[in-house]
Amino acid sequence: MDLINLGIKSIFIENMVFAYFLGMCSFLAVSKKVPTATGLGLAVIFVLTITVPANWVLQQFVLKEGALSWLSESFANVDLSFLTFIMFIAVIAAMVQLVEMVVEKFSPALYGSLGIFLPLIAVNCAILGSSLFMEQRDYNFSESVVFGFSSGIGWFLAIVALAAIRERLKYSNVPAGMKGLGITMLITGLMGLAFLSFSGIKI
Amino acid sequence: MKALRDQLDKIKPLFSKGGKFEKFHYAYDAADTFLFSPNTVTSAKGTQIKDAIDLKRMMVTVVVAMIPALLYGMWNVGQQHFMAIGETASFMEKFGLGAIVVLPIVIVAYTAGGIVEAIFAIVRKHPINEGFLVTGMLIPLVVPPTLPLWQVALATIFGVLIGKEVFGGTGMNILNVALVARAFLYFGYPTDISGDQVWVYLGGQNPVEGFSGATALAVAASAQEPVTQALTQASQAWYAGMFDFTNMFMGAIPGSIGETSTLMCLIGALILIFTGVGSWKTIVGVFVGSYLTALLMNLIGANEFMLMPAEYHLVIGGLAFGAVFMATDPVSSAHTETGKWIYGILIGVVTVIIRVLNPAYPEGIMLAILLMNVFAPLIDYNVVQANKKRRLKRATV
Repeated sequence: MDLINLGIKSIFIENMVFAYFLGMCSFLAVSKKVPTATGLGLAVIFVLTITVPANWVLQQFVLKEGALSWLSESFANVDLSFLTFIMFIAVIAAMVQLVEMVVEKFSPALYGSLGIFLPLIAVNCAILGSSLFMEQRDYNFSESVVFGFSSGIGWFLAIVALAAIRERLKYSNVPAGMKGLGITMLITGLMGLAFLSFSGIKI
Repeated sequence: MKALRDQLDKIKPLFSKGGKFEKFHYAYDAADTFLFSPNTVTSAKGTQIKDAIDLKRMMVTVVVAMIPALLYGMWNVGQQHFMAIGETASFMEKFGLGAIVVLPIVIVAYTAGGIVEAIFAIVRKHPINEGFLVTGMLIPLVVPPTLPLWQVALATIFGVLIGKEVFGGTGMNILNVALVARAFLYFGYPTDISGDQVWVYLGGQNPVEGFSGATALAVAASAQEPVTQALTQASQAWYAGMFDFTNMFMGAIPGSIGETSTLMCLIGALILIFTGVGSWKTIVGVFVGSYLTALLMNLIGANEFMLMPAEYHLVIGGLAFGAVFMATDPVSSAHTETGKWIYGILIGVVTVIIRVLNPAYPEGIMLAILLMNVFAPLIDYNVVQANKKRRLKRATV
């Protein structure tokens, strides 16, 4: 039950995009078409579901203070947490590399349309952010799996909804100065307003 | 009438191309078409359109559909006022007081919205859109009668500007304009639009003993005993029977100006459905979705609010008003027919979820519609894709 609550919470209430405004760069850049946005969203779900638990393992058995004591008693005082950022990023980058190879192999069309943003998932702040939230909030292993997966779902929903809106925007007559990113940021703000409906739910 | 027509014709050259006030052509155009039907007719050759319904007539139909709710709202403001201060008053006194309170809000909303609209029409050289006829009427109906007028103006300007004009005007917006305005007020000035003190216009007089001013939803949300009992008790002290089911259906309860009466909203719904302006699928979807979710909440039953009889959800708060006038907005709702069902039902579901599960907001319909506005394009996209897939399967080579 707690896990379901955590899932709902990270999809809607603490949505990566609308509650923390993380992962904005690819959110704004790759949301022009629904199929592309769906592809990137799925890639983010996949990467998050793998990296958050992987980083949890790393955190518990290597980085935390005293985490290395399973090797030998003499490591009990070793604290490698200053390496957290670089290790997390390394895991994420490796994961993204894997996703990139898989996408290139099985869906060259998607690979082409995602372009530079696929490798750039590695520096997508939603992904590093999730790992750091996991560390900060002391999740256990199953929680970190659920958290990673549902944060990905939340991000996926946000980018697909924005892409659908932007496809409809083709029929709008946006002032020249607001075209492109300007209006997209404005829409993001309005979407955030709508997502405020969930803030305050305690589960 | 003839004199007015002549006058308009006389000044027409000034506003035409090359005239002195060429810039204000669209302002002239709006005044002209608002007063008279356009005299351009289709020639004998070419497409003939029998039905004269255009954007202007459509918007005016919505305004007409809202008039019962507005008139009832005016009376109700007076009714609540005299009940709160414990005086008896005649029908006309109540109505007159309500009109004095409500009409300035309507006028301010129309003026503020109209000014923004006109400026954009002149600068961007597009005809003045009729959409603000509806927006200017919707905003007064969804705010409490005690709202300061400058906030009405500010919210209207924000709604029209950010909610609509940056997208290019009527028909091009993503979110419902009136809801953007209300959400702006809700998050910008929460003390003036929520709580127990704002729903009844007191006009500086002292209320009778036992008066609380809380809406039915607020009472239900904090109920410790069964909700029906809590509602009876809450009104017992100053007006017995106020929170009965029938009375809440009729709408003589505290609340936003136009939202209290479910009956008047249903009359509006009939007008909208009969003229084909509003989609009955959306309206029915909202009611069905919220009723079923409320039943589900009854089954869970973790607190008294969850156990509230499901039909109460339909008559308290602004659910009926939102379902009829907000959710059916043809621009921001789903455009596909199947999509309208999904859209409506999800609004109902989310409304009850926010009402029951979110202690921060007693009312959920506004935020639910806003949220589904965000997802409406996605619903449409998927409906269209599913249709394509279905028809491709049928195709043979």
